[in-house]
Amino acid sequence: MTETLTIGKALNLGLRRAMEDDAKVVLMGEDIGRLGGVFRITDGLQKDFGEDRVVDTPLAEAGILGTAVGLAMRGYRPVCEIQFDGFVFPAYNQIVTQVAKIHARSRGKLPMPIVIRIPFGGGIGAVEHHSESPEAYFAHTPGLKVVAVSNPVDAYWGIQQAVAHPDPIVFLEPKRRYWEKAEVDTGATPGPLFASRVVRGGDDVTVLAYGPMVKTALQAAEAAAEEGRSVEVVDLRTISPLDLDPVFDSVRRTGRCVVVHEAPVTLGLGAEIAARVTETCFHSLEAPVLRVGGYDTPYPPSKLEEEYLPDLDRVLDAVDRAMEF
Amino acid sequence: MSVSSATTEVVDPVPGAAAPHLPEQPDLVQLLTPEGERVEHPDYAIDVSAEELRDLYRDLVLVRRWDVEATALQRQGELGIWASLLGQEAAQIGAGRALQDGDVAFPTYREHGVAWTRGVDPLHVISLFRGVDNGGWDPVATAFNLYTVVIGAQCLHATGYAMGLQRDGAESATLAFLGDGATSQGEVNEAMIWAASFSAPVVFFCQNNQYAISVPLERQTRVPLYQRAAGFGFPGVRVDGNDVLAVLAVTRAALAAAREGQGPTFVEAFTYRMGAHTTSDDPTRYRLASELEEWKLRDPIARVKAYLSRSGVADAAFFDSVEAEADELAKRIRTGTVEMPDPPGTAMFDQVYAEQTPTLAAQQAEFEAYQASFEGSEHR
Repeated sequence: MTETLTIGKALNLGLRRAMEDDAKVVLMGEDIGRLGGVFRITDGLQKDFGEDRVVDTPLAEAGILGTAVGLAMRGYRPVCEIQFDGFVFPAYNQIVTQVAKIHARSRGKLPMPIVIRIPFGGGIGAVEHHSESPEAYFAHTPGLKVVAVSNPVDAYWGIQQAVAHPDPIVFLEPKRRYWEKAEVDTGATPGPLFASRVVRGGDDVTVLAYGPMVKTALQAAEAAAEEGRSVEVVDLRTISPLDLDPVFDSVRRTGRCVVVHEAPVTLGLGAEIAARVTETCFHSLEAPVLRVGGYDTPYPPSKLEEEYLPDLDRVLDAVDRAMEF
Repeated sequence: MSVSSATTEVVDPVPGAAAPHLPEQPDLVQLLTPEGERVEHPDYAIDVSAEELRDLYRDLVLVRRWDVEATALQRQGELGIWASLLGQEAAQIGAGRALQDGDVAFPTYREHGVAWTRGVDPLHVISLFRGVDNGGWDPVATAFNLYTVVIGAQCLHATGYAMGLQRDGAESATLAFLGDGATSQGEVNEAMIWAASFSAPVVFFCQNNQYAISVPLERQTRVPLYQRAAGFGFPGVRVDGNDVLAVLAVTRAALAAAREGQGPTFVEAFTYRMGAHTTSDDPTRYRLASELEEWKLRDPIARVKAYLSRSGVADAAFFDSVEAEADELAKRIRTGTVEMPDPPGTAMFDQVYAEQTPTLAAQQAEFEAYQASFEGSEHR
């Protein structure tokens, strides 16, 4: 059955299906019950599944993650909503020292099937702490997996796959794209969660993006085509583990690679990807791997975010530099 | 009363000795005085058989011997570090023996006495401090979670697990261990808020051993710790942590209330860390020898021995048999530690994930190939 869904509604339906499929799934977070979440991602779920399965928690992120650990030890599958990216840091200790390590610490006796949903990224004109891209912190932490969805289809299937997965997953939702629509075939068989995907074919330059930047990369590819440049776009989809084989195949053909993310460039995902592409595709490269990202500043006040965030023009500029090298 | 073994460091109580640096504590629950006299408390009656009394004494002596042996092994280079429980035996044995089947304990890194009551092999605790693993016991089978080193983090786990027990309709409870220093942690306070809000069946068992490494209690709190519970909306009780009977009675009551749906309790076991924080610590830099001497008069084992002797519940043959058992245990721990093999190099890759990532699998293959390249070489 095919429906037109926004990313937000696709997540809502995906969560509903995950809860129907497994009675051990428990949603936890601030304002997710009666209100349905500040972005309404859990709208209507408490009404249908009850207060024990959609839990309005006290206002403390470490408490959400720490009690999720205990529930997971008891056999539950907690799905924690962090209201905004910048509010994950009070829970950082639990995520990094406990959620990520307990499976290894217990030599597999204590699985941690916890999903940490985080609306991430900027572009919504918000105040401080509501527009950040913290993915590199989590991708740097062994024991965690990190995925970022970019469209309603991946949102619908990805959240269900993440909830069913045995390892802890930081599930990044592109908040400024929550209202983007697409056709979702809810009867289809989904592809694997931890796989990148070529979303536009091209021959001259490979542009890599994830989450909210996939749309920007596609817009840039469209504009480049008008100038006669053929840009291939890869939606990375999974940030940890990275699935770079399709990227290597692409770069071996194009010889050029640009990585785009909102997060600050220094030690961001682009750095890791550039290193791996260089290690693997060194003899195919016609230009160094270039990075387009946020500047190494705190996320600026919203009147400056258009200058801070990578946009179509900054991606095209990098494509030009790669071509001219 | 004399004590036969110097290694167990049991100090005879001095009847009637004053404890000059301890303020009077009208709220302290006590059932066995430091002099070994049985007293009653209106809220915490306890009926223990002669056999149970002897078993408690045996527990106390054996865990102390284990602890002393582990400290010696560290000094001899066999362990990287050891966190001694010396002085806290009664708090841990009393709390551990209050647990029932279905209850789950969430320890810090010093709960060797509780581990003992859960049937955890001492060598599975030793292996952590030797650097072989992060604790070798099965946390599910023993209902004793793995040691948590980040201060206070386990209090939230115990609370979450208790919320799971509630959802399952299980008539069980969790027992969260923490120290006086941990009461300053945000996560511990969050755990108490969660526990209160959801009326979770969890008991917070705080061993107030007076120091957070070197920092005394006065830096953590301006009120007695057990009084904090009132602010969270559940009962707090202070028990003589060196009195195994009182700890057992108070913890039993708290766990029973939790199992019956009455929500959390905060138990402050007032005790003293008679040894160093760990073998890396030097307590002479921050506390006076006289203070330690005062606490030796409140030794948790000596008072039980005095009571057993005086009441005729145990005779010399019993004490001798416990000493012999302690000697055997120490020998087993020593031999088992020295003979404990190092783990294989690939162990660090195992179980990082339930489903290993291709990235990590590639690193493991690289590691194995690198190791194999030294086959037949002296550089291994």
